[in-house]
Amino acid sequence: MSDTTTQDAPPASRPQSGPATTPTTPPAAARGGQKDGRGAKRPGQRLGAQVLVECLEQAGVEYIFGLSGGAAIPIFDALVDSKIKLLLVRHEQGATHMADGYARATGKPGVVLVTSGPGATNTVTGLLTAHMDSAPLIVITGQTLQANLGSDAFQEADVTGITYPVVKHSYLLKDGADIPRVVREAFYIAQTGRPGPVLIDVPKDVSQGPCTPREVGALDLPGYRVPGRGASEDIKALAEKLARSRRPVLYVGHGAVISNAGPAVMALAEKLRAPIVNTLLGKGAADETHELHLGMLGMHGTAYANKAVTDCDLILAIGARWDDRITGKLDAFCTDAVKIHIDVDPAEFNKVVRPDLTVLGDAKRVIEELLPLVSRLDTEAWLAQCATWRRRYPLKYARRGGLRAQHVLDRLDALTAGQTIITADVGQHQMWAAQFCRTREGRRWITSGGAGTMGFGFPAAIGAKLARPDEEVWAVVGDGGFQMTFAELATAAVHEVAVRCLVINNNYLGMVRQWQEMFFENRLSGVDLKGNPDFVKLAEAYGVKGLRIRRAGDIDRKLEEARAHLGPVVIVAEVVKEDNVFPMIPAGAPLSHMIIEAPTSKLDKPDGST
Amino acid sequence: MAAPEPAATVAAPGDAATNRGDLHTISLLVSDRPGVLVRVALVFARRGYNIESLVVSPGARGGFSRMTITCSGDPATLSQIIKALGKLVDVVQATDHTEDRAHETEIALVKIASTLDQRTAILQIAEHYSAKVVDYGSESLILRAVGASDKLDTFIELLRPFGIVELVRSGKILMARGLLET
Repeated sequence: MSDTTTQDAPPASRPQSGPATTPTTPPAAARGGQKDGRGAKRPGQRLGAQVLVECLEQAGVEYIFGLSGGAAIPIFDALVDSKIKLLLVRHEQGATHMADGYARATGKPGVVLVTSGPGATNTVTGLLTAHMDSAPLIVITGQTLQANLGSDAFQEADVTGITYPVVKHSYLLKDGADIPRVVREAFYIAQTGRPGPVLIDVPKDVSQGPCTPREVGALDLPGYRVPGRGASEDIKALAEKLARSRRPVLYVGHGAVISNAGPAVMALAEKLRAPIVNTLLGKGAADETHELHLGMLGMHGTAYANKAVTDCDLILAIGARWDDRITGKLDAFCTDAVKIHIDVDPAEFNKVVRPDLTVLGDAKRVIEELLPLVSRLDTEAWLAQCATWRRRYPLKYARRGGLRAQHVLDRLDALTAGQTIITADVGQHQMWAAQFCRTREGRRWITSGGAGTMGFGFPAAIGAKLARPDEEVWAVVGDGGFQMTFAELATAAVHEVAVRCLVINNNYLGMVRQWQEMFFENRLSGVDLKGNPDFVKLAEAYGVKGLRIRRAGDIDRKLEEARAHLGPVVIVAEVVKEDNVFPMIPAGAPLSHMIIEAPTSKLDKPDGST
Repeated sequence: MAAPEPAATVAAPGDAATNRGDLHTISLLVSDRPGVLVRVALVFARRGYNIESLVVSPGARGGFSRMTITCSGDPATLSQIIKALGKLVDVVQATDHTEDRAHETEIALVKIASTLDQRTAILQIAEHYSAKVVDYGSESLILRAVGASDKLDTFIELLRPFGIVELVRSGKILMARGLLET
């Protein structure tokens, strides 16, 4: 991080005559046309929108996911002459999730362009989703003329104000001369340190006004620091604590995926002979099929992962944040274990648990620095215990009595052998996919974890497929979430984005139905999705191929048919209506209260929030 | 500072007197960018943390502002708040000075409606606290006192029986002693 305090040139250097607008300018006059109060455009001088698009090109942007509108027209106009490919979406939320899928599949920021007012507010859910899961997004929102700010003009909204809590940073671009600086800072902030979404609000007088961009020198962000390597004394202390452990667990989160720490984590596990568990978003950082990997931990994690965490004597968090889905009842979580936390974000330290040691730094660099300092631990008895748990409490499902989502996902895992990118929506199908579709490497598993945003899965798959066109990309969605963003079938069809969208259709909001069955005496309320469309016909209405799986015997044939299809395809698995995800740790309960199989007695309502 | 001020500068004097012991004082060095005050305020608001006073002023270097915030609440939340403030791109530095040796001061303006026969008693109190009469009218007085916040609390309590009409306090400002950074 540059520590310099070089100041920008003073605003007085703005080349155009007169202020942008004066308070006496009536908004109606300002709305009247191309006039923006900044004086005429000189021959050869570019417009703000053109400079903005050039800056995006220089930043390496391939795709913009967008939906146009009045205040953004100048920017859309500039895109006509750009090599950046514009994907017109059907709803702004879809654009944000596509950009998010693109970002998580590559590590590069995904870019969204929308208009002011409702166009911008429709991105809020996508911003929250990206913010919670540390995904780099650049969201550019058109804004009304600066003279109209705060005046309740048509489609005017305080967009920076509405979005403060869900962005890593944001800009209200008041002077076109700042466009190069703002774009450069936005991309830098979005993808460094703990990544996140950055919003740029662009008033129409800036985008359609003449622009003489101010040259950008070194980045001047004195308040923004990016941790790199860990402090060597911390890493030494970490190695010493590890050396004393006989029952260690490596607890791997999204930070390990983001920093590409996977190979280093695997090398550490092998050198120590320590088992690995990962969070929902940490899937794939380390190969889930490896003998030392116990799969996902937490509320719907594997029984053996949770038993290992319950009994360990040391838990090493690598880019994971002790979420309430992971710890269950906090007072009972790993009470006797040494807790160590490696994170790039110091605000995560001591937020939930109070670790015995914290190491600030990039996960990959910290683990690589740690590797030479550790040696094999005496863990044979511990690994044998984990193996026993794995044998005794395997993930399982019924293969009779109707089609099961788990069966379909188990076969998807077998047929693709992990050589696929899976984007999951939110709900039961997401948990089953997390359990049965084992992820072999980072950036092959994409889902909304922190926010739990229904509607994420399908558009995220479109973004991921565009980002990595040679990969097979599967969206695994439920009938509830799919109906929130299925309008993007048009986007996939028009642009021939060959995603495979597997709809696990149980005609319920299944996860809530499961809670109501287990904890609320099966008093079903607001979960019956009676009125669902025929999803095969729905796909066909968009010119997308539709397939249906009704019986277990059809699974392989239909999945292979979908895999062989060249364009987008929707595969609807008509699964049994009432099935539950197990294992399950009721919200707020200790990990030891895990319910491994369907309970026969009545359960108390959970203490935890959701 | 383009953003609206989100918090009351003055707490009810009675509350201030009883809460003074739990108060924390945080000093922030921030880039002088639009919206920075809102970003800072939201870090407190999201956690239901109460801001007692907030003073924003230009920093020593151009383009930077200094914020001095006093607030009350539990220390664990406060430590998270300071880390969250430090994460804001526009916040260069966030420091809790509660335990530090720092010079602290505040200004209070107190308007008292008073009859002439009360003046002597009021002026004696003012003199004791080195407060200056900045407006001397036939029906009212304005006193200006400068000093540590708890000293101002007692000053105000002593004046209360005479009938305080208006009270404006600047909020606490502080600076680390010696060559330590604030």
